[in-house]
Amino acid sequence: MTSILRRPRKVAAGLAAATIAIVSLAACSSSGDDSEPGGSAGEAPEISAEGVDDGTTLTLWTRAPMEKQANLLVEAYNASHENQVELTVVPNDDYVAKVGAAAGSDGLPDLFAADIVYVPNWVQQGLFQDISTSIDALPYKDEINKGHLSAGTYEGSEYVLPFVLDLSMLFWNKELFEEAGLDPEVAPANLAEYADAAKAIQDLGKDGVYGTATGLNCGGCLVFTWFPSIWADGEEVLSDDGMESLLASDTAKDVYATWQDLWASGAVLPASQDETGATWTQQFTEGNIGLMFYPATLLSSTPFDAGVAGIPGPEGGASTFVGGDGIGISKDSENADQAWNFLTWLMSEEAQVEVLAKNNDVVSRSDFANNEYAATDPRLVTINEVAGNGDTPVAINFQQAFNAPTSPWLELVRNAVLNDTGTVDADNDAITDVLSQ
Amino acid sequence: MAFATAARERRRSTMSSRRRSALTGWLYASPLAVFVIVLFILPLGLVLQMSVSDWPLLGGNQGVNFPDNYVNAIDNRFFVDSVIFTLKYTVAATVLLIGLGLGLAMLVQESTRWKGFLRSSFLIPSALGLASASLLFYVLYSPSAGPFADFMERTGITFLGTPTGALWSTVFLIVWRYAGFYMLLMLVGLQGIPDEVYEAARIDGASRWQIFRRVTLPLLRPTFALTVVLCVTGSLLAFEQFYILTKGGPDNSTITVVQLIYNMAFQGQNDLGMAAALSIIVLGALIVINIFQLRAFRSPDEE
Repeated sequence: MTSILRRPRKVAAGLAAATIAIVSLAACSSSGDDSEPGGSAGEAPEISAEGVDDGTTLTLWTRAPMEKQANLLVEAYNASHENQVELTVVPNDDYVAKVGAAAGSDGLPDLFAADIVYVPNWVQQGLFQDISTSIDALPYKDEINKGHLSAGTYEGSEYVLPFVLDLSMLFWNKELFEEAGLDPEVAPANLAEYADAAKAIQDLGKDGVYGTATGLNCGGCLVFTWFPSIWADGEEVLSDDGMESLLASDTAKDVYATWQDLWASGAVLPASQDETGATWTQQFTEGNIGLMFYPATLLSSTPFDAGVAGIPGPEGGASTFVGGDGIGISKDSENADQAWNFLTWLMSEEAQVEVLAKNNDVVSRSDFANNEYAATDPRLVTINEVAGNGDTPVAINFQQAFNAPTSPWLELVRNAVLNDTGTVDADNDAITDVLSQ
Repeated sequence: MAFATAARERRRSTMSSRRRSALTGWLYASPLAVFVIVLFILPLGLVLQMSVSDWPLLGGNQGVNFPDNYVNAIDNRFFVDSVIFTLKYTVAATVLLIGLGLGLAMLVQESTRWKGFLRSSFLIPSALGLASASLLFYVLYSPSAGPFADFMERTGITFLGTPTGALWSTVFLIVWRYAGFYMLLMLVGLQGIPDEVYEAARIDGASRWQIFRRVTLPLLRPTFALTVVLCVTGSLLAFEQFYILTKGGPDNSTITVVQLIYNMAFQGQNDLGMAAALSIIVLGALIVINIFQLRAFRSPDEE
């Protein structure tokens, strides 16, 4: 890559450019800013650390579960910048197909977010531009969420920054806890206590109220909410290279057994059996579920008083799935410098604290964890603390092994929990077969 | 017509007029030719190329991969199940739709007072797109939001929760959506049978059942050919209804062949090459099946 000639619009930006010498993130993609006013004859030989803000229209795609956060972020960016971001929100199930079709016809938007578990595969397929040099030059690089960064690293180069973090947490309905004679201020310490609480609430016998709920026909939901139970006991779910499934460990079997018992006892929302993910959180939000493993991004849209804690394992502990979406500059973008401007802004205090934290969302930078908004809601402090113990699994064939409707993971869970076939070991081997393809 | 043109040309036998009429012919044919090439030949060529290439969804063409795509497509762990399920669904849907279509058509034809009302009420569901109809039934069958939610909770019956339930719930949707359409086709066929034939049969003292067996059914042969070919082809290519209602569940029991193609291409493996190979296999199967069907329905005097 060669450095490019560029005349930053702002003097401040120009100074920053001179001090922080960054090799261009996309040398080949000049965007015709020769007509920029105010450029001096001696042109700066590199782009500024903040990218270029020259009124370019940028396109950004994200999937529907991140719609709220994406809208807030884009609104705030558009209000304070000359670049304007056009946001397209795609239904969750159609997102891979849409990105795939666009990638094949070189029609990807400038920026697009991806479910963090798909990022390793998409990076390997070359959908994102290498932004290692720009990321390495960020003074706060070490504060950025490591799970997301490492998912977006391929052969030593970095391609992706965290867009919106979504953590799975244990949420409980304090009102229902109190009615069932449970302490509404104390979270169940392990999975057995979790099951007891669910059964106690089920025993209230209230119409339409169930102890707990989950998405038993939704591989993604199950990955998101059950993996942390295994991590909480110090076990792993995948080998380091992401080629082997370790989901037949004793801990994992304990987790399945707990859920099998809960299902058999009738304390699980019956609709969970066929829940494919579109409405898996709905009944909790409506106040009909006692406690469940639930996405932290929905904290702001939970209308009643809910308690929040990390997800416990069979022996206790607490962990979380650091999910959500990563974001990068697409291979087809011709506005890489402007897109980088959005990305640096996204990592700034303005975006992380004043947009995300203000909306009760988790911040992607650990140095902002104790921000003013978190201080007013102790639940946010809990979430930020548990985030440090969380994990993000990395595997190239993750989608096929876990998220796909025909995934072997879904087969394993349904066999173990609904059908009680005792085939966990064989089903686990089937996951390994797919992972190692 | 071709003969007539040729004869006329021979009579004139001048080079220029022959050339002119050939040009006119090409002009007449060209709009259709362009459509066929752009909308049929080119996509088919692309699918053929994909089916022999290593072509991941996100990576594009990576070179030749024949015959691995075909081998992998057939080796897929859902291939056999999906073929069996698709055939099962096709038989169920075809028998029900053709039978009901004929029944409704005769009902509408016989009834005099309610003719208009019956005909429109059977036909109205056909005005709804299949995807919209599927969404409508998705809510109807939903154990949490649907009107039968209380009933399902009390009795423990779920529409989409068991493999059999999911199959028949989907067949019900298809029957609701398409019965009116097949009724219309049958009605056209019934009205094409001349009254004189029925009159003659009645004069000969035939009973209603004999008339139906010996007159109506044989004379509906071309209509049966049309409807069965339409219904079998449509059912073998079933996708939207299952994609929306069941997503192949529960426990992968309702995966149709086209859904398997979609899953290979977009949901997990993201392998367009393998999906294209399976598409070509399905195309071949459809051609063979339709040749057999058209043979079977050919009327005796055509042979």
